[in-house]
Amino acid sequence: MRNEKTTEEIALGIRRRVYEHSMRNNGGYLSQACSAGEQLAWLYNEALNLGEPTLPMVPKPFEGVPSPNNPEYHTGAGYNGPATPDYDRLFIAPAHYALVAYATLIEVGRMAPEGLDMFNKDGSSVEMIGAEHSPGMEVHNGTLGIGLSTAAGLAYGRKLRGDTGKTWVFMSDGEVQEGQTWEAVQACAFHNIEVKAIMDVNDQQCDGAMDSVMEVGDIRTKFINFGAHCVEVDGHDLTAIRQASEENHEGKPLIILARTNPFHAMSILEERFPRLHYVRFKSEDERARMNVSIAKDLGVDPVDYSH
Amino acid sequence: MVEMVSRPYASAFEKFAAGNPDILCLSADLTSSCEIDGFRDRHPDQFLSMGMAEQNMMSFAGGLGLAGYRPFIHTFGVFMYRRPYDQLMASIAYPRRKVRLMGFLPGVTTPGGMTHQSIEDISVMRSIPNMTILETGDATEVESICEAADSIDGPVWCRVLRGSVPRLFDTPIKVGEMRELSTGDDILVVTSGICTEEAMRARAALKKAGLSIRHLHLHTIKPFDSKALLDQIGSVKHGVITLENHVTEGGVGSLVAETMADAGVGKRLIRLGLKDTYAHGGSRPYLMRYYGLDALALVRGVEDLMGQTFDITEDDLDAARVDDVHSLVKAEAL
Repeated sequence: MRNEKTTEEIALGIRRRVYEHSMRNNGGYLSQACSAGEQLAWLYNEALNLGEPTLPMVPKPFEGVPSPNNPEYHTGAGYNGPATPDYDRLFIAPAHYALVAYATLIEVGRMAPEGLDMFNKDGSSVEMIGAEHSPGMEVHNGTLGIGLSTAAGLAYGRKLRGDTGKTWVFMSDGEVQEGQTWEAVQACAFHNIEVKAIMDVNDQQCDGAMDSVMEVGDIRTKFINFGAHCVEVDGHDLTAIRQASEENHEGKPLIILARTNPFHAMSILEERFPRLHYVRFKSEDERARMNVSIAKDLGVDPVDYSH
Repeated sequence: MVEMVSRPYASAFEKFAAGNPDILCLSADLTSSCEIDGFRDRHPDQFLSMGMAEQNMMSFAGGLGLAGYRPFIHTFGVFMYRRPYDQLMASIAYPRRKVRLMGFLPGVTTPGGMTHQSIEDISVMRSIPNMTILETGDATEVESICEAADSIDGPVWCRVLRGSVPRLFDTPIKVGEMRELSTGDDILVVTSGICTEEAMRARAALKKAGLSIRHLHLHTIKPFDSKALLDQIGSVKHGVITLENHVTEGGVGSLVAETMADAGVGKRLIRLGLKDTYAHGGSRPYLMRYYGLDALALVRGVEDLMGQTFDITEDDLDAARVDDVHSLVKAEAL
């Protein structure tokens, strides 16, 4: 698809949509839009080679889970285009970034804005924790730590088939606390799987700052020691991300550590540090203050959420 | 004398998988223990060593399934569901990947004790939507398990016997069917896996005692043809006995109990197997005797059902097969 906006514009658009949605719904995964806006905008607008969407712009309702009795079942991967050998594939490993991922699909013209109105509504496929039938998703990644392994398996299979398309994973840094992440990296190194990952290193997890929950140390050194090619960049610096993605990682997985600020472009969220995983406004006053402050940061009018 | 077949899986898997580019052989550091070392050496392009890292292996296999492959995972059954249960659910069962889970050393067929004995796997797998469950009870079923499993449009859990395996049947597994090993009208005995051989050992003595035993062997545990079982139950007078190499909760005993309860069958049911207990390490014959999974346990179950004793002792049962304990293929080896 032809790029109609710059990646910077898309990152801003993602934040505006997530902000507006969270204001109207008295909360949301706001901080993830702050940290990951550039990464997801860059993936969809620059890095990924994707075909035209194969699913309707306005998402269909939930149509049942995979079962022998549900032959029409399909995943939400069609929003990323067809799964042909030449096109790239993307897994959103932390499925709670779904709101940000859906906003990205809208910004790049792969889903209608109405799709976000269906977010977390009963009977909708646009689920709060991205399910494999949710727009842009191909597998369930709600249990953190399984995404890289799945991508590695797919990438290995595609390599055997001679596919030219790449396999990408968007990851979150909390996943390095899971042993499976390290099992996956060692397997990629051992089998020379050139899967590509970009990780939102925002130092945050559900309970708060990662250092207060479980210190993970120097993860770049750990990834390198496990056999990955690992590059650390400022996750809000698109030029740095572009350069990192072009590094040679022959025979190894590429892990781009995108160091990010969990209240980037929404400075008032710092008031809520270190509980940023899901921002639910504590009072009408807080909601009103944040509405005005974030609107100003994002260059839009405050949301009239009374209607 | 029962024919003993040496390492039937080794040759059967190689025959089935070699040269099929859509089949990949995965192993988690138990390659010779799962009899696929020859396949690894002769078909390295179809073999993936995944190391002792089952969580990654399960999700990785899900990714291979997404890429259109049909991975055959080889390890001890117990290592394929206890630690990586979440990955089994999210990466394999939910999306109906065509992953063939070849679980070796079912139940008490290993002296490895609690950590090695999959005693509740059938219970777990029966409760997983989209899962198919097959269990082998003899060499012919081991020889046909790959083709049977690979015929399923979705994930398949297989209980696979290894080493020296008796040949009891002369026809391959037909998924969804059950084997009628004897017809009778007093008691229906339902067995699976290694317990079928035990029930066959008791057959002559029970006949001599005047009992007419109807004996069914199950290789397909899920999906299950409950109507066929109900027809069998309807043709016996006294009741049903199940015998399984598994805990009595959630396995074949439960399957039969649920079938009877759902249909309102008012006959007695005696479920034999591991009775809400872990096992410990020991030889298979010792464990089957100690935990009541053998021919003698079945005889005692029949006595319980009939409310009388038949004076049948171990000496009256057909000779237990004697494995060559020094054989390279001995079933008890780790």
